Amino acid sequence: MNNDLIVSVSPHYHKQGSTTQRIMLDVLIALCPALVASCLIFGWRSLLLTVFSGANCLFLEWCWNKLMKKPQTIADLSAVVTGVLLAFNVPASMPLWQLMVGDFIAVIIVKMLFGGIGCNFVNPALAGRVTMMLSFTGSMTAYNPGVYAGGVDALSSATPLAVINELDFGSFMTLFLGRHGGVLGETCALALIIGGVYLVIREVIKPTIPVCFACSVLVFTFLFNGFHFTQAVLSLFSGGLMLGAIFMATDYVTSPMTRKGQIIFAVGCGFLTTAIRIFANYPEGVSFAILLMNLVVPYINDGTRTKPLGGVNA
Amino acid sequence: MKRKMQILLNGIFKENPVLILVLGCCSALAISVTVKGSLGMGAALTFVLVCSNMVISVLRKIIPDKVRIPCYIVVVATFVTLVQMVVEAYVPTLHKSLGIFLPLIVVNCIVLGRAEMFANKNTVGDSFFDGLGMGIGYTMVLTAMAIVRELFGAGSLMGVQIIPEEYTIRILAQTPGGFFMFGIVMAVLVWGLAKHGKKFEPKMGCDECGGCGSEDAACAVEKEAKAE
Repeated sequence: MNNDLIVSVSPHYHKQGSTTQRIMLDVLIALCPALVASCLIFGWRSLLLTVFSGANCLFLEWCWNKLMKKPQTIADLSAVVTGVLLAFNVPASMPLWQLMVGDFIAVIIVKMLFGGIGCNFVNPALAGRVTMMLSFTGSMTAYNPGVYAGGVDALSSATPLAVINELDFGSFMTLFLGRHGGVLGETCALALIIGGVYLVIREVIKPTIPVCFACSVLVFTFLFNGFHFTQAVLSLFSGGLMLGAIFMATDYVTSPMTRKGQIIFAVGCGFLTTAIRIFANYPEGVSFAILLMNLVVPYINDGTRTKPLGGVNA
Repeated sequence: MKRKMQILLNGIFKENPVLILVLGCCSALAISVTVKGSLGMGAALTFVLVCSNMVISVLRKIIPDKVRIPCYIVVVATFVTLVQMVVEAYVPTLHKSLGIFLPLIVVNCIVLGRAEMFANKNTVGDSFFDGLGMGIGYTMVLTAMAIVRELFGAGSLMGVQIIPEEYTIRILAQTPGGFFMFGIVMAVLVWGLAKHGKKFEPKMGCDECGGCGSEDAACAVEKEAKAE
C-alpha cells in the first residue's frame, strides 16, 4: 500500500506526517480509557480477550500476506485496531475460540480477501461482530453483570436496552460510567467520549459523524418512543451507540468523503439504529445500522460529489 | 465418443453451471445446508435436465421459434412433476427438506439455460451428455458447499453428529453462511484459474445467446455491432 497518496475532497489540507500507522496508533490510544474501564468493570479477562484478539488479527494478516506472497502490511496496525474493536464487542465470558472465528471473518474474509486495508466494503470489526452474533448468540448475549454492579438491580439483569422501560433518571450516572452488564467496550460512555475527544483533538476523526449519529438517535428515539425525553437521553448512553458512533462509523474506508455525505450517512445510521431498537426483534441495532449504511456509502459519495470551483453542474 | 466425453466434462468443469455460468444459485444457496439434501436435489435436477434436454433436442425442429420458451416450460414441468411425485412417494423426508425448491426446478435457470443454449441446437446424444455433465457439475458444487456447511454449521455429516453442538459455527447453516461459502468457493476457483494463467470469465455473454428473435434495443444493437 502506497502511503504517499491521500485521497480526499478539497480543500486539500493535511496534517504533516500523518501516516496510516500513526492514525491507527492514535485510535489504539483512544481506545485505552475504555479498556481500563472494562478491566475495572468486568475484571482481568477483558484485558486477556482484548490482547488475544488484537494479536490474533495481527497474526492472521501476517499469515495471509505470507501465504499469498504479498508485501507485509501488518506494520500499519490496522489489524490490531480491528482485533481490539472486535474484543470490545463481546462479553467478558466469551470463549476464546469463538473470538478467533470472529477475527478470522473480520481480517481474512472481509478485509484481506477484498484487497486489504482501504478495500474492505464494510467495517471488518462490525462484520465479525455480526457473524459472531448470528453464530454464537448464546455466548454473545451473556451480559454478565460487572463486578461493581452490586446494588443496581435494575441494571444487572440484562443490557440496559432490554430494561430501558424500567429506568429512571437516577440511574443515569451508573449508565454513564458503565457499571452494568454488557459487552466489554460499550458500557462506559465516559471512557469512550474521552477517547473520542482525543481523536478529534489529534485530528484523526472529525466530530461530524459521531455527533450527527448520536443526535439523530436522540431525536428519532424521542419521536418514535412516545415523546419520552428521559428515555431518549438514556438511549444515547446505552447499548453500543457510543462505541459504534465514535470508533466504527468513523472508519475512513467505509464512510463518505464529503461533509454533506457524512451527515446523510450518520443520520441514516441513527435512523436505522432507532428503528431496529424499537421495532425489530434485536435489542441492539447499532452494528446492523452501520453495516447497512456502509453498503450505501459509494452511492452517497456519488450523490454528494463536490462541484469544482467555478465549474458547472454536470 | 471423444466429443461426448468432452461435452460431459465441459459441464462439470469448464462450464460448471453454478461457478462459471452462475446459474441456479438460488437453489444452490438454499439447499447446500445438508449433504443429504444436496445429493437429493442434485439427483433430481440431473434427471430433469437429462430428460428435458433430450426431449427438447428431439423436438427442436418442430417447436416454432416464437413460442419455444412456453414449450420448454411444458416439457420441463412434466419431468419435474414426475420427480416430485416419485420423491414424495418414496423419500418423504427428502421431499420435506427440499420443500419448495423441488417444484421450483421448473424455472431453474440451468434447465432453461441448457435448453436454450444447447439442446435446441444439438443432437439428442450430445444433449444427453450435456445434461448429465451439467447435472453432475451442479451436484458436485452443492455437495462441496454442503460438506463444509453441515460439518461446521451443524456439526454433522449425512446426519451423523461429529462435532458437538456447542462447537458449531451456526451462521454457516443459515442463509448468510450460504453466501459466505458461495463467495469462498468462487474465490478459490478464480485463484486456482489465475494460478494456471487463465482468466475467470462468467459465460453469459451474447455469444451464448441463441437469440430470441425480438428486436429488443440492447440485443439488436449488439447484433448490428457484430455484423459490422
